[in-house]
Amino acid sequence: MEIIDGYPDFMMESIKKVERTRKSRIGRNLPRMSSDQREVILSKFHPDYKEHEKKKLQIGPNKGYRMPLEMISLLEAEPFLDTSKVDLSRVDYDVDVLIIGGGGGGTVASIWANMSGVPADRILISTKLRHGDSNSMMAQGGIQAADGPIDNPPIHYLDIIGGGHFANKPKLARILAMQAPKIIKWHESLGVMYDKDKEGNFVERPGGGTSRKRMHSSKDYTGMEILRVVRDESINRKIPVLEFSPAIELLKDDMGQVAGAILMNLETNQYYIVKAKVVIMATGGWGRLHIQNFATTNHYGATADGLVMAYHVGAKLRDLDSVQYHPTGAAYPEQIVGLLITEKVRTMGAQPVNMNGELFVNPLEPRDVEASAFIRECYEREMGITTPTGMTGVWLDSPMIDIVQGEGTIHANLDAMYRMFQRFGIDMTKHPMLVFPTLHYQNGGVEINEHCQTSVKGLFAAGEVTGGVHGKNRLMGNSLLDYNVFGKIAGINVAEYIKNVKIGKLTLDHVDKYRNILRDANIKSKVKAPMILPEYREENLMKRTIKV
Amino acid sequence: MKIMEKNSSATEKEMKEKKPAEVEQAFISVYIMGKEHRVPFGLTIMKAMEYAGYRFVRGAGCRAGFCGACATIYRMKGDYKLETALACQTTALDGMYLTQIPFMPANKSVYDIEKLNPDINSILHLYPEIARCVSCNMCTRSCPQDLEVMDYIQAALRGDTEEAARLSFDCIQCGLCTVRCMAEISHYHVGQLARRLYGKYYSPTPRHLTERLEEMDEGKYDEAMDELVVMDKENLKKKYWKRDMEVK
Ligand SMILES: Cc1cc2nc3c(=O)[nH]c(=O)nc-3n(C[C@H](O)[C@H](O)[C@H](O)COP(=O)(O)OP(=O)(O)OC[C@H]3O[C@@H](n4cnc5c(N)ncnc54)[C@H](O)[C@@H]3O)c2cc1C
Ligand code: SF4
Ligand code: SF4
Ligand code: FES
Repeated sequence: MEIIDGYPDFMMESIKKVERTRKSRIGRNLPRMSSDQREVILSKFHPDYKEHEKKKLQIGPNKGYRMPLEMISLLEAEPFLDTSKVDLSRVDYDVDVLIIGGGGGGTVASIWANMSGVPADRILISTKLRHGDSNSMMAQGGIQAADGPIDNPPIHYLDIIGGGHFANKPKLARILAMQAPKIIKWHESLGVMYDKDKEGNFVERPGGGTSRKRMHSSKDYTGMEILRVVRDESINRKIPVLEFSPAIELLKDDMGQVAGAILMNLETNQYYIVKAKVVIMATGGWGRLHIQNFATTNHYGATADGLVMAYHVGAKLRDLDSVQYHPTGAAYPEQIVGLLITEKVRTMGAQPVNMNGELFVNPLEPRDVEASAFIRECYEREMGITTPTGMTGVWLDSPMIDIVQGEGTIHANLDAMYRMFQRFGIDMTKHPMLVFPTLHYQNGGVEINEHCQTSVKGLFAAGEVTGGVHGKNRLMGNSLLDYNVFGKIAGINVAEYIKNVKIGKLTLDHVDKYRNILRDANIKSKVKAPMILPEYREENLMKRTIKV
Repeated sequence: MKIMEKNSSATEKEMKEKKPAEVEQAFISVYIMGKEHRVPFGLTIMKAMEYAGYRFVRGAGCRAGFCGACATIYRMKGDYKLETALACQTTALDGMYLTQIPFMPANKSVYDIEKLNPDINSILHLYPEIARCVSCNMCTRSCPQDLEVMDYIQAALRGDTEEAARLSFDCIQCGLCTVRCMAEISHYHVGQLARRLYGKYYSPTPRHLTERLEEMDEGKYDEAMDELVVMDKENLKKKYWKRDMEVK
């Protein structure tokens, strides 16, 4: 097998076909699907519609709800904390506000809590890896806000609700749309560098499922640019962060309100007891559960811990039956399989085409529809391209971007993408990229109200860990917006909430109760939860490990 | 149809179960902190370390080239040169001697962005050590993002905030430049300050945003929103499917 410009010869042959049809495809696209066509393709090809990949949850407030097997396994797992070994009489940190998760939502909440009057040293952020290691850091494409002349928040709202299959919580979707322009203004005042044109206006692009161009971006490092600025702001405000110290269980008090958490120092294995008047859960998503064995775009710590901890205290979850697969995960080369190729590549003009270079779907369908069309092309029509390691994918014809929008467009706007492929010998300005859907986003989560309160007193939540904002399917650019909007709301509201809170005697009884419920339901699981970190070591090697 | 059973050769989870026939199972030697490990060829340094039995607590974040957690220094057997890489974005090669630099105790200034004076000395004032740069270009050589690091430090020194912001924009804050700088400059914090100054003070907020905010303050969209949030599903659906698309 000969490798030419990063591709094996047989893949290069298919690329030649793509090149041959390229000219005729310029300015031409297949029409978008109708509502009925969407239904058909989703039910036949979307991984979420495979009923045997889901199961009913047997315990807790969401008993009877269907969720992916991998999620059920964690919710029906043995809590991994042995409560008998915990001494609750010695509190290590006594604070007003404990924020679990130092990603986007947690960091934004810390700033707004501080701005709303909670002193920095009365706030504590617990986070699993380093401050900022999160999905928020990885977002490339952009953030939505209806601030353009022919756009407005009600139109944005319609896009959110329709994209979410009309299953969203209307009040939350409204807040998302209405707060968006304010968030952009706030970012501007903090010094986030958004892309602007020569007149100084925002460069705004379309996104899958959106009816207006309202995607604000910072090249293809949008998430990184926003997060490193808000993190810098949080550091400047001297808000304390405990890194490598994830929460492993929430604490309650004898009046039944959430009253802090048990953290675990991942390097020394010590536990810390944090007593707090209120807790904000901002632990992000679940990509590292590898639902249905899909590769994922998510960061190393995206293991659904927040859902597990919240469920242990009795918080209601919602919309976890729906999983978002991003249509364009890298399918080649092997080293980067599953990593995200931002939707912006399509919004800037790259078309998905099959092995013969033919169009088979409009590039800007909502994610679930687009992903289903890719799967159909690969597995029903068998028009995909299979790599030497057995991945099948379709082409995303990236060279079109420079052809349509002018030479240099890729370098000016998609440097992260360019770099990722160039590191493995592929030049996306000259050759297309092979793509296949990848596990991307947790559409549902812990249910919240307009104040970010969960169904359990003392527990607030914001960001990807929550459910309701996006219904059954989140649109591009709405989750960076989500963590900013609801992180802000959570921060402001906890500052008010703590004024009237008295914490009683700390307890972990709820964890023991959860164990009993599992036993009564006859569930015997070898799995322990929360997961904290995924396991990627070799199985045979693991069998031969000894604990010293 | 079992898509992922077919299309799964490459999830990390299945890396370990991969049958020999599926990949060309050439094995290579990598030396992790001096110790030799045999690993299959074709893995990133990060996956090779996991294959060898290391479980990351530090040294892994995004696993995709966006966070800088996996900063790595290596040398090829028989060579004297020290090279830098991101473990998650670099293929492990035969004869690599490597170690990670998962933490850099770099100096970050604490400031209130609202109170900074955006003039030619504002960066120098908070990071006076940039004046110690001897233009050795080592930072630029070490950058896994191939940024012109020395140039952005020089721009900051000249007070050219815009240039420093622009040149440092793709910095993932891995710290590899800082590890090697003889002037002990925390390049990535300098870049951060330059970008915030530029974003806040040199790049004005577009008028269309300010206007939209004014309209919203006057309650222009409240009524339309009030209607939408209580609208029944059927009417919402109709409205959704009838909405006009700016891009077809
Ligand atoms: C590759 C990629 C690209 C994306 N692109 C876009 C885009 O272009 N536009 C868009 O709008 N959205 C995008 N998204 C989605 C968006 O980035 C995320 O949904 C959003 O940033 C989530 O923010 P968050 O604060 O809720 O979670 P995160 O930012 O993931 O933060 C969660 C934090 O909690 C920590 N944590 C987890 N468990 C624990 C625990 N037990 N204890 C303590 N801490 C814990 C994590 O380590 C992490 O730091 C993208 C996502 C990915 C992965
Ligand atoms: S490594 Fe340090 S001294 Fe050398 S050019 Fe870079 S900033 Fe200057
Ligand atoms: S400038 Fe320095 S910190 Fe930033 S990416 Fe390059 S080497 Fe890493
Ligand atoms: S783990 Fe984030 S850059 Fe490698």
